[in-house]
Amino acid sequence: MDTRHPQSLPDGSPLVRFADVTKSYGDLTVLDKLNLDIAQNEMVSIIGPSGSGKTTVLRVLMTLETINDGVIYVDGEPLTHMPSGAGLEVASESYLRQRRSKIGMVFQQFNLFPHMTALQNCIEAPMQVLGLSRDEAEERALDLLQMVGMDSKKDQHPTRLSGGQQQRVAIARALAMRPQVMLLDEVTSALDPEVIGEVLNVIRSLNSEHNLTMIMVTHQMGFAREISDRVCFFYEGKIAEQGSPEKLFEDPQNERTKQFLHAVLDAN
Amino acid sequence: MEWRWDFTFEILPRMLWATGNTLLAAGIGYLIALVVGLILMLGQRTPYRIVNFIVREVVEFIRSTPLLVQLFFVFFVAPQFGIKLTAWTSAMLTIGLHFGTYLSEVYRGALEGVPKAQWEACRALNFSTAYTYRRVVLPQAFPIALPGMGNYLVGIFKDTPLLATIGVAELMHTANALGAETYRYLEPYTMVGFIFLIISLPAAMGLRRLEAAVAKAQGKVKH
Ligand SMILES: Nc1ncnc2c1ncn2[C@@H]1O[C@H](COP(=O)(O)OP(=O)(O)O)[C@@H](O)[C@H]1O
Ligand SMILES: [Mg+2]
Repeated sequence: MDTRHPQSLPDGSPLVRFADVTKSYGDLTVLDKLNLDIAQNEMVSIIGPSGSGKTTVLRVLMTLETINDGVIYVDGEPLTHMPSGAGLEVASESYLRQRRSKIGMVFQQFNLFPHMTALQNCIEAPMQVLGLSRDEAEERALDLLQMVGMDSKKDQHPTRLSGGQQQRVAIARALAMRPQVMLLDEVTSALDPEVIGEVLNVIRSLNSEHNLTMIMVTHQMGFAREISDRVCFFYEGKIAEQGSPEKLFEDPQNERTKQFLHAVLDAN
Repeated sequence: MEWRWDFTFEILPRMLWATGNTLLAAGIGYLIALVVGLILMLGQRTPYRIVNFIVREVVEFIRSTPLLVQLFFVFFVAPQFGIKLTAWTSAMLTIGLHFGTYLSEVYRGALEGVPKAQWEACRALNFSTAYTYRRVVLPQAFPIALPGMGNYLVGIFKDTPLLATIGVAELMHTANALGAETYRYLEPYTMVGFIFLIISLPAAMGLRRLEAAVAKAQGKVKH
């Protein structure tokens, strides 16, 4: 039992809170006492050099990895831990299953189910996890597939879709669970340049029309700058600098940020 | 020695009856092997270290000794320790165990062939473990396992002549008996070979077709 962290956060707290989160693999510390708050409806971009822990932030929040220290809170309640006596203990699998549905994730490699059609990909979880009937699930899925412009391909298997189309289906699949926060891990990195735009457009509309809370790891600096409320620059498992996109991209304070932005902008 | 068609037709009914027994032995043996393989695979995957270790050693032991030796052991040696089994029971038990160890490897390989990312997608969608297996992992592991499963079905079928040695009345045993009764060996053994051929070839072809059909049903082939 651990009493360093509260059992719940007061009203008005951010939707997501990383409190002193540490993640290591053996001797390698990937997240180093990370503190990060994400407000309701906020769009936060995470940028930084390869290996700086960006993906890990999303993976621990999605509970794909366990953390070694600290606590992650979602919607006021702990996610990685559960109440025990006066403190917290590491969450059980059943506790995780209750809490995890508030979070959705879209992966760099899409990770669609290859043996299912686009529509089946989107109705499985709502039916099994949320208990929707097939009709309800299909109605919801068709709406979402239409939103991402994939309704005409609903009966295709992923192998017959382009990368951009697969990624749009993957976004619809995650949205079908109505998560409170969406995690996007370099969702355009595996795509051919000509289809990146169609995926970015979908994310744009999620942000502007649906006001979804999102955490987006990206290498698309232009897009991050255009769409984010806040940009976090990660360096060696810590947030080296964060702020509004204007501030971070135009007037970075940290030496590392400047170097990174120079290197990235030179490359483009 | 000349081929005698009248003799061929005379022994045909007995040979066909024996073919039935061969198919029955292969079929039952295969079903047992499928289940044993599943149990052994689960045993190797449990988090209990000691179970893991024992199952792995047993599998290793069974796989490093010949089927014929195991068959003799179960049928001739076990009775001396008070375990008396009929020829059929010994045969089914031995085939089930022997090929079960190979099938457990087929299953293991197939499960490992399903990318880790598929598990993570399921977790991100909050599937239960049972549902993850049922809807995502097993449907993807099945096509990977299918060629191996098919090969061992044919493999068991082709190993059934070994059962003649302990007196199971399958094809080989019947051919032996006919030879001993009539002193004619050409027709019985040729028929054995021929019968194996006309069953194995279409079976192998059918299996390829099944693999293609499963792949197609899962959207793997562009149609
Ligand atoms: N499963 C793992 N085992 C060991 N090291 C890992 C594992 N996953 C990630 N890492 C290491 O953690 C560091 C951060 O990884 P990651 O979060 O993927 O970085 P980024 O997304 O910023 O490129 C890297 O050095 C990576 O090699
Ligand atoms: Mg990454």
